[in-house]
Amino acid sequence: MTPYRVAIHILPRRGILDPQGKTVADALHALAFGGVKDVRIGRHIVVETDAPDEKSAERTVRDMCERLLANPVTEDFEIASVEAL
Amino acid sequence: MKFGIVTFPGSNCDYDAYHAVVDALGEEAVYLWHKEHDLRNVDVVVLPGGFSYGDYLRAGAIARFSPIMREVIAHADRGGPVMAICNGFQIACEAGLLPGALLRNAGQCFICEPVRLRVENASTMFTEQYRAGQILRIPIAHGEGRYTADPDVLDRLEDAEQVVFRYVNASGDPDPASNPNGSDRNIAGLVNARGNVLGMMPHPERAVEELLGSTDGLPLFESILARVSV
Repeated sequence: MTPYRVAIHILPRRGILDPQGKTVADALHALAFGGVKDVRIGRHIVVETDAPDEKSAERTVRDMCERLLANPVTEDFEIASVEAL
Repeated sequence: MKFGIVTFPGSNCDYDAYHAVVDALGEEAVYLWHKEHDLRNVDVVVLPGGFSYGDYLRAGAIARFSPIMREVIAHADRGGPVMAICNGFQIACEAGLLPGALLRNAGQCFICEPVRLRVENASTMFTEQYRAGQILRIPIAHGEGRYTADPDVLDRLEDAEQVVFRYVNASGDPDPASNPNGSDRNIAGLVNARGNVLGMMPHPERAVEELLGSTDGLPLFESILARVSV
């Protein structure tokens, strides 16, 4: 088994109101960042786990996302990186 | 009739639910610790309000995996009544007992105030002591009560009359101004397809005696009493 560090991005699904992101977008506009079109705020989760190989580490973390870390009704997730430690 | 009130670490409306059942309704209630595996022959399960597991990750996301939830789901699958209030509603959605999810209030703030609800369906086991269209005054107290579901799921809920309570104004209309948290279609409470699991953000257990400012929550408990044979 090898220790891996897997990073996950979880974002509110498009089409679902993200009041936090909207408030921050408004604040950015107020600061004259006129090019800002959309802001969505989610969470970044880093899991350290033992796995036989990189593929299996990613598969396990994907399973974690589907069962607990993300809510499929309201959130999308992506595995941002898998890194052997 | 025996009510089982589940206490998760962080539940804080379990005592209110107990008070409503025992002192206002005059029935029996027991607390069920979340680590238990036995519902102790209760007739009705209450998933109470609070902040189970500190609302970490998402409200209700971790509580749904508590050992007792396996029994609660089996009870619901047998047709047993489940009242899921506030954090309980969030847990029930996370557990798949009810469709949809509850997100941070549109206004970002925690809101604690009485709201007006319209009874949309007075033929469920939880609402038959109300009249359809009746306006209730019941408090809410939540930061994450914005009910959301896919549009086709919402349509299905409406068609099957599973929407039980809606936030409305003084005239009984579900306008945007009377929607405290930005819930889709002003939905405040719903039942599952079978009609034995109720989820609602408002707190009927906090509206069971005049001293609390409203008794509008009591008929909900009385409805279950009338329907479920002991």
